[in-house]
Amino acid sequence: MEPLRVRKYQLVSEEIRHEGGPVADPPHRRAAVLAVIHNPFAGRYVEDIAGMMETLKPLGLEMARRLVATLGGPEAIEGFGKGAIVGAAGELEHGALWHVPGGYAMRDALGGAKAIVPSTKKVGAPGARLDVPITHVGASYVRGHFDAMEVGLADAPWGDEMVVALVMTTQGRVHARVGGLQVSEIKGEDGLR
Amino acid sequence: MSTAKIRKIVTVVEETAIESGHGIEPPTRKAASMAVIENPFAGKYQEDLEELMVIGAEMGALLGMRAVAALGVGPERIESYGKAALVGENGELEHAAAILHPRLGAPLRKAVEKGAALVPSAKKMGGPGTPIDVPLGHKDAAYVRSHFDAMEVRVPDAPRAGEIVVVVAVTDSGRPLPRVGGLTTDEAKGEDGLR
Repeated sequence: MEPLRVRKYQLVSEEIRHEGGPVADPPHRRAAVLAVIHNPFAGRYVEDIAGMMETLKPLGLEMARRLVATLGGPEAIEGFGKGAIVGAAGELEHGALWHVPGGYAMRDALGGAKAIVPSTKKVGAPGARLDVPITHVGASYVRGHFDAMEVGLADAPWGDEMVVALVMTTQGRVHARVGGLQVSEIKGEDGLR
Repeated sequence: MSTAKIRKIVTVVEETAIESGHGIEPPTRKAASMAVIENPFAGKYQEDLEELMVIGAEMGALLGMRAVAALGVGPERIESYGKAALVGENGELEHAAAILHPRLGAPLRKAVEKGAALVPSAKKMGGPGTPIDVPLGHKDAAYVRSHFDAMEVRVPDAPRAGEIVVVVAVTDSGRPLPRVGGLTTDEAKGEDGLR
């Protein structure tokens, strides 16, 4: 397995004060970190690709560390998500290599978040945008935290690259008011409720 | 005089570690900070744009400080800058000009230290998610060729019709692999803002 080659990083943070309703104090915050990496399997079909998940682990940890630092520490994080955009000379399955290292890194950084990390992936050209789904870190059914963050870079992924993304948020939607499971009702046993 | 009604602030940092197969050490870095603000003159023709000029000054300070902070360096380490405004459909291109040109520069220059050069700018009308390329130039000597660049930014949910997205971008470096000659940072005097 070739060593990991990161061409660039992008870190985006949003501070959301309102969306036409009452001003949130403190503002809600969310952030995404993207890494543009070389895809060693681009241009041909490779059967055995799973070894790259191990190669990606340190990258995931570094990305999660950057997000947590940006948002003010692990206690502040309430939502998360992940995703990948595979360059056109690659295969959708290459994006799936991000599931384990991306999810592992965020759980590690957050100290045992129980919920499944929601994800999206696709094959795309430079400038492709990806809507990364977001759910509550401890209980997937918390309705106020269902959200998504659109990410992407103008100059990536080239054909032989992949963009891998992690997203974290400090709260749910800024004007959440459609009911469902509340944060105060979380049992925190199964990662769902 | 009212100050800006800010709906959200978005900050982006890009770090380029490899360009065209060459390792960049240290990586080149750019940061843009964007504020989504209410356009006080949306939906009507307003002759006197003073209120937007006041907002411009506020944006220069706020976004300048945020962008510099996002790079985690002191103001003396900033090498280039740029600014832009994107006006939602119920506004007017001139609203962008009122924010960007009369008063945004002075507080931005405080945030980056010195800033003898003109702050390059771009403006346009657009809708939610419209990208805008923020031009970048060396902050003390506009002719430094290695620092001519741009940074594409966008906010997926802005500007709505009655909003304006105001952007300030800064870098602590030029292009990753500059090699087309011209005035270099070593040669720049930084006195007249040009060379």
